[in-house]
Amino acid sequence: MATDVERAEQRPETSRGAAVAALIWAVLLAAVVGTWFAARRWWFPELASQQGAQIDRLFTTIFVIIGIVFVLVHATLGFVLWRYASRGGGHRAASWHENPRLELAWTVIPAVILVTLTVLGGSLWLRVHSAAPPGAMTVEVIAEQFGWRFHYPGPDGVLAPIDFRGDGRNTPLGLRAELAGAADDVVSRELYLVVDRPVRLLIRSKDVIHSFYVPHFRFKQDAVPGRVSQVVFTPTRTGTFPIVCAELCGVGHYVMAGTLKVVTADEFAAWLASQPTIGGVR
Amino acid sequence: MAVVQRVAHETATHHHEPTSFWRKYVFSLDHKVIGIQYLATSFLLALLGGLLAMGIRLAVGWPGQRWPLLGALLPSAFPNGVMNQGFYLNLVTMHGTVMIFFVLSTALTGGFGNYLIPLQIGARDMAFPLLNALSFWLVPVALIPLLATYFVPGGGPVSGWTAYAPLSAVPQAAPGSGLGQTLWLISLGILIIAFLFGSLNYITTVLQMRARGMSMMRLPLTVWAMFITAIISLLSFPVLLAATIMLLFDRHAGTSFFLPAGAVIGGRVIEAGGGDPLLWQHLFWFLGHPEVYILILPAMGMVSDIIANNARKPIFGYPVMVLSVACIAFLSFLVWGHHMFVSGMHPMLGTAFMITTLIIAVPSSIKTFNWLATLWGGKIRFTPQMLFAIGFVSLFVTGGLTGIVLGSPAVNMYFHDTYFVVAHFHFVMGSASLFAIFAGLYHWFPKMFGRMLDERLGRLHFWLALPATYATFFPMHFAGIAGMARRIYSTELYSFLGGLSGLNRFVSIAAFVTFVAHMIFVVNVVYSLVRGRRASENPWKATTLEWSVPSPPPHGNWGDREVEVHRWAYDYSVPGAPDDFVPQHVPAEAGAPARARA
Repeated sequence: MATDVERAEQRPETSRGAAVAALIWAVLLAAVVGTWFAARRWWFPELASQQGAQIDRLFTTIFVIIGIVFVLVHATLGFVLWRYASRGGGHRAASWHENPRLELAWTVIPAVILVTLTVLGGSLWLRVHSAAPPGAMTVEVIAEQFGWRFHYPGPDGVLAPIDFRGDGRNTPLGLRAELAGAADDVVSRELYLVVDRPVRLLIRSKDVIHSFYVPHFRFKQDAVPGRVSQVVFTPTRTGTFPIVCAELCGVGHYVMAGTLKVVTADEFAAWLASQPTIGGVR
Repeated sequence: MAVVQRVAHETATHHHEPTSFWRKYVFSLDHKVIGIQYLATSFLLALLGGLLAMGIRLAVGWPGQRWPLLGALLPSAFPNGVMNQGFYLNLVTMHGTVMIFFVLSTALTGGFGNYLIPLQIGARDMAFPLLNALSFWLVPVALIPLLATYFVPGGGPVSGWTAYAPLSAVPQAAPGSGLGQTLWLISLGILIIAFLFGSLNYITTVLQMRARGMSMMRLPLTVWAMFITAIISLLSFPVLLAATIMLLFDRHAGTSFFLPAGAVIGGRVIEAGGGDPLLWQHLFWFLGHPEVYILILPAMGMVSDIIANNARKPIFGYPVMVLSVACIAFLSFLVWGHHMFVSGMHPMLGTAFMITTLIIAVPSSIKTFNWLATLWGGKIRFTPQMLFAIGFVSLFVTGGLTGIVLGSPAVNMYFHDTYFVVAHFHFVMGSASLFAIFAGLYHWFPKMFGRMLDERLGRLHFWLALPATYATFFPMHFAGIAGMARRIYSTELYSFLGGLSGLNRFVSIAAFVTFVAHMIFVVNVVYSLVRGRRASENPWKATTLEWSVPSPPPHGNWGDREVEVHRWAYDYSVPGAPDDFVPQHVPAEAGAPARARA
């Protein structure tokens, strides 16, 4: 009894080849159309930071490159399946299996593209991690199961050292009025920032690892207990933006949302003045 | 001298065929039985892992929905019919753990590695058959604590398959971080020992037990991939083993490798301290990233051989294929930090890891182009294994490309831990590896069981599975671009994600279809084991050695035959040869002139 394979030796597989090629092309078409459709519905949240614009640009560059490669590879894959399906009978496949020039080409071309992307990516990475410009505001971000607190230095510009062991109702983050520089410090449940003013965030965690993610600003930074991580960015638009915890931190992970308000300098000053301070004085 | 060594080998490893049922099919030392046992185990666990995924999609697709039937069946997981948050996170944790460690790793290296290595290199068995049996039997031993997590107070672990400390280190951090997490760590530790036994065996076997004439550069790419994968396993798994032991010490012996002083977790003040949570991440990903290559390199090897066999054409650029696997293996040890771009690691380190990460795309793209070149000019037949191999290439390319986005650290700040990452690794390592496993099963099932799998069901399986896989994972890119974080039980608090509910539901339905599509394979296996057509010795007209013995091969593989290899594994469509393939054991005069390389 002849197996399917033996029959395939005699019978052409061209219609199967065409069908599989059509499937691969259909996947390709669906991916392209789907992306085009998604770009109108489910794309990035509206940008609100200076650094985010550069990240978006680099993403677009990479996206265009990988999009082209995706289309070319799938178009070619479909083509070879359609073109080189067995036509049955006596013909044989080609027997060549080396072509140094071709192999060199598809080693060097991807290498050149990837080196370019490395240079672009590396320089942007160092730029977003450069030191805070003078005049930057500093805010300490404290993550905990399952919420956010924000520690402002107050008019003296000094962030008093926090100690989670003393964290209590009247001593938030262990801050007591007697501590040097603590009296005018403010601990808030909402993050207020000033539009167009660079901010340096010092990100810490009280318990497990969390991640401070602001989609509209295009960045996230883990909050790791025992460490202080720093990010610097500049809000470019006033408004209210969500803060998301992006690192699994326990059963309440999904409710660990926060609020970021970007306001004008005057509004900020008024808000800060309205907040209770550690020393209880205005 | 060489002859003496050889004889010594054969007497040492050619154990007699056992006659009792238990020694023959259960506690067997035969690499073929052990390979099939590994495959069967991962097959069953794939069903579990798949069901866990369906649970995840139930929660993400219909957040807060009541499922009265599930509430009746699993009252603690679905109080009042609504899935609780802890159970959701446990689903996420167990799906990852089961699929990565117990399904893909065990099927590829344990299953195919065991079955194919001795047969393809012309050996009678593994170098250490007893170690091999021990390696397999440690898997059920590892499963006991893993499955026991469902029955302990506090329930199973909820810290994800990555088990980041301190969430996984302090029982007060989460309900599942109690006994459940300890059992999870013990399970993983035992499984790692199983993998180490296997790796030692594969490396020794490939180096020492090859048949006469089977030079390294005549090895089928499957064996090359298994060999290099074993080296990666042997070098990277011990690091995770050490990490799991250190974490167990932190949990139970009062050490603080991963616990910083001054943290207050669930009301417990960490006084000892001095540890660093990032140490766990470094140790975990030092294995974790090579691990994804442990899952993809054997897949690449098997797919290369299946593509060459079904295109009836020699694999294109064999030496480069070997070299690129070796390059990927080497680089795989230098990229782990790309999982930690936003962890607080020094930015300069991020730059270094970006460079290695993007460079590893070069050998990967070489392999892709070589597969296309192998197909070019071929005489392709579309067997089910070929369809799945083609699917593998497509999925690998799609998933690999998005890796370039994630490898750029500044862009990664946005995409890290979003659904974009979920889409990326489910394409490049989850689905691609799974498709390669199916390709391998369609290809080698006849050899394993002496019966053919049904081709029509095989085609139907592929035609449903590939579009459904794309429909499941491709839209996840968009959820990630929109900023949806992974491991989120519900997006209700994030109004900016409100527009994604339709997309999430679509993905869930596509995931259910994917699951059903793979069930066709289960039906096919059951049907074909009973009613399948008898397989001949070499139904695919393949060149490698396993196709020169009966299906299934006898104990000891070769009977009294002295296996000798005369050519490489890719003599397809050789001009002047009587057939369009010349098996490796055919002497130069009898078949066709052996190639210069062969």
